[in-house]
Amino acid sequence: MSKIPAINRRNFLKAGAVAGGGLLIAISLPTVVKRLASDKSSGAMIPINSFLRIGEDNHIHIILSKIEMGQGIWTTLPMLIAEELDCDWNKIKVEHHPSGKGDDFKAPKFEQGTGGSSSTLSQFDRYRMAGATARAMLIEAAAKKFGVQPNECRTENSFVIVGDKRMSYGEVATAASKLPVPKIQLRQPGEWKYIGKSQKRLDGPEKVNGQAVYGLDIRFPDLVIAVVAHPPVFGGKIKSFDTGKAKSIDGVVDVVQIPTGIAVLAKHYWAAKLGRDALQIEWDAGLNQNMDSEQQANHYRKLSETKGLSVQQKGDVAAGLQKSERKIDREFLFPYLAHAPMEPLNCTVRIDKDTCEIWTGTQWPLLRQTEVAAFLGLNPEQVIFNTPHMGGSFGRRGTFGADWVMEAVNIAKASGRFIKLIWSREDDIRGGYYRPVYLHRVQIGIDNKGMPSAWQHRIVGQSLFVNTALQDEIAPNGLDYSSLDGVNGSPYITPVPHHAVELITTTYGVPVSAWRSVGNTHTAFVMETLVDELAIMAGKDPVAYRRILLKDHPRHLAALNLASEKAGWGGQLKTGRFRGVAVHEAMGSFVCQVVELSIVDKKVIVHRVVCAIDCGLAVNPDGVHSQMEGCIVFGLTAALYGEITLEKGQVQQTNFNDYRMLRMNEMPIIEVYIVPSSEKMGGAGEPGVPPIAPAVANAVFAATGKRIRRLPIQKELLKG
Amino acid sequence: MLTLTVNQKEYSVDILPSMPLLWVIRDIIGLTGTKFGCGMSLCGACTIHLDGEAVRACVTPASSAAGRQITTIEGLSDNISQRLQQAWLAENVPQCGYCQTGQIMSATALLRKNTSPTDSDIDKAMSGNICRCGTYQRIRKAIHLAAARNEKLK
Repeated sequence: MSKIPAINRRNFLKAGAVAGGGLLIAISLPTVVKRLASDKSSGAMIPINSFLRIGEDNHIHIILSKIEMGQGIWTTLPMLIAEELDCDWNKIKVEHHPSGKGDDFKAPKFEQGTGGSSSTLSQFDRYRMAGATARAMLIEAAAKKFGVQPNECRTENSFVIVGDKRMSYGEVATAASKLPVPKIQLRQPGEWKYIGKSQKRLDGPEKVNGQAVYGLDIRFPDLVIAVVAHPPVFGGKIKSFDTGKAKSIDGVVDVVQIPTGIAVLAKHYWAAKLGRDALQIEWDAGLNQNMDSEQQANHYRKLSETKGLSVQQKGDVAAGLQKSERKIDREFLFPYLAHAPMEPLNCTVRIDKDTCEIWTGTQWPLLRQTEVAAFLGLNPEQVIFNTPHMGGSFGRRGTFGADWVMEAVNIAKASGRFIKLIWSREDDIRGGYYRPVYLHRVQIGIDNKGMPSAWQHRIVGQSLFVNTALQDEIAPNGLDYSSLDGVNGSPYITPVPHHAVELITTTYGVPVSAWRSVGNTHTAFVMETLVDELAIMAGKDPVAYRRILLKDHPRHLAALNLASEKAGWGGQLKTGRFRGVAVHEAMGSFVCQVVELSIVDKKVIVHRVVCAIDCGLAVNPDGVHSQMEGCIVFGLTAALYGEITLEKGQVQQTNFNDYRMLRMNEMPIIEVYIVPSSEKMGGAGEPGVPPIAPAVANAVFAATGKRIRRLPIQKELLKG
Repeated sequence: MLTLTVNQKEYSVDILPSMPLLWVIRDIIGLTGTKFGCGMSLCGACTIHLDGEAVRACVTPASSAAGRQITTIEGLSDNISQRLQQAWLAENVPQCGYCQTGQIMSATALLRKNTSPTDSDIDKAMSGNICRCGTYQRIRKAIHLAAARNEKLK
């Protein structure tokens, strides 16, 4: 079990009363984003809090400091509070905090930034302490009323109990709110009732009956719908336009020009869409009109022959390669990938004289708030940010600059109306902010035992974080570590006596952003297919070969051993079926997947995926299972089909017909196993993505003898 | 004026004849449980029932639904759909949840016709519904679970 850290309350817990009665515990969350908020906006330092509120009605309100986008944090963070609070699980109500609405505390603003699979591990102590503090105060207040000492009381299901007497939390919440914040002791793992035990999702019921409100579902009587005609090429500008036909469509109320195109405003989406179709626009395609995926690949290939920024280096790699017994020289190419969350991007905006109110699902409400405030010349407090449910994100709702939010604000400003911007699926697929194109060039020298003795690794691609709010943290001095994660520091490269890892950062006219598991989406593929190739060259079993290379990496080994054992690695398979394996560390967790597939008429059919994860303590094991299942489907979709390509500057894909998703009939059986682990906690929302593509590619090699080095896999196989 | 019957309630709507049912339901009638995902009948997020048959509201002209029974997720009340919703919770299916109302509409139409579907029946009935969060395995289990409970209660 994980070590319980020494408790230091510092000043991050505050208690107070709720207007109308009840107890409020505020947890301040000093993080990097707090600094960002103060640096990047004109506003002063913003206090950052999360709340636990116990009302006289016995409801337990938990106001999240993190954003639910499907990953389950709406349930996991409340589990941490419930673990210490002994509250009635069914009385918990969860919400995203509306940043900027001063309803409970003065100017409560939340950090809320959600990404990097970091929510559970970063909040593990804070939420438990909030629960423990509230419980101690409730006990103390009840003890006074009972006329006993606090240590004579126990708590259960939202009651303080002494002998046969009980008092509900609601009854003592207001009295508790007047007490000083006490010193508390967190429970030991042996006492846990919630942590480590699977819970049903608290947002389940409203998500199966249609009552959950997503950004797209925001409705007001005077709201108009906006649809935007975007330039056909990124960065294109309007030369001239005629709105006559669009304005004549029944229901269209306005047409306005904004920096990113022409917006048609109408009483409902359909009229706005017809209005957009009827616009006559002459575009100046601009500087990016000759962008072309094949040319881009050729350009990257040339760059890969030049030296890049050195990231990791040992010995003399040129000499090492030269004197090696055997040598391989490999190139890998990865396409742009769209996130394609099921809920198309949307944003509702109302600008009044001194305020702006926004409803949109985003991974970074606070950052958005400061960006909008700066644009409108308001203080951050004047921008009220509401975060409804999010129909997926995978990074798309976390872009820096918040393209769709700023577009909506521009429409509201230009039209003077209360608007809801809706992107069509085509807008989404063609709208940029993709996982970048990357090219890897790897030369490996192999010794007489079949082990790597020299390794030169160059990565070419656009940066995700240079010139963003997180530049200093992730891309200092232009060296974007997110492009390298999974190669830099790899257990396969670091012990090699002669090695060099270099990064060549490009600029290209396509906006890019983090995509579920970030750099690991490409680095894991390169490392795990190369190691597989080295194993076969050495005449060794791929699992056995990895065990040699990973001998000093117990967490990799634990995941590898568990997955290969459960998959029956080395055992008999049905005729025509083949296995592939990959193991990778991402976001502090170690995941191994074993794929079982067959190939019929050059088409890959994945039958079974066995997945093992060491994420340290799994707070909500079923949540970890869900995330591994989701990661595998997400990664498999991209591995088999995912590709955004450019021709004459234009994105070639449009909708789910040519940007394919995995469907029910293609769904493999997925088995997930959690490594019992007392190691440091890692993430779960993303680390299941990286291993699936290389595991499939390695199984494809087992089936066909063909090594896949260009994605997507299905297209490569059909090429012959 | 067009008269539509949605969840057994009549609505008179003044709309463009080509307007898909999806936008009448969402933007005019105001029932938002039916979702927009692709606009081209590719993802199933907008699945509703027209006289009990699962159809994609995003490509169904509103005029074609006149005189027919339109049912959305908000109007599901029979035993089959309720058992499906319970099974969805039992299997902890939803993640972001956005596609799940359409998934449940498709699954309800399936179970009404076929009380104990095989995996292959489920593939056929459910492959038009995309889930980007990848909950297919749990959806399959939930459909089997609801079917088994229906059998027990017969």
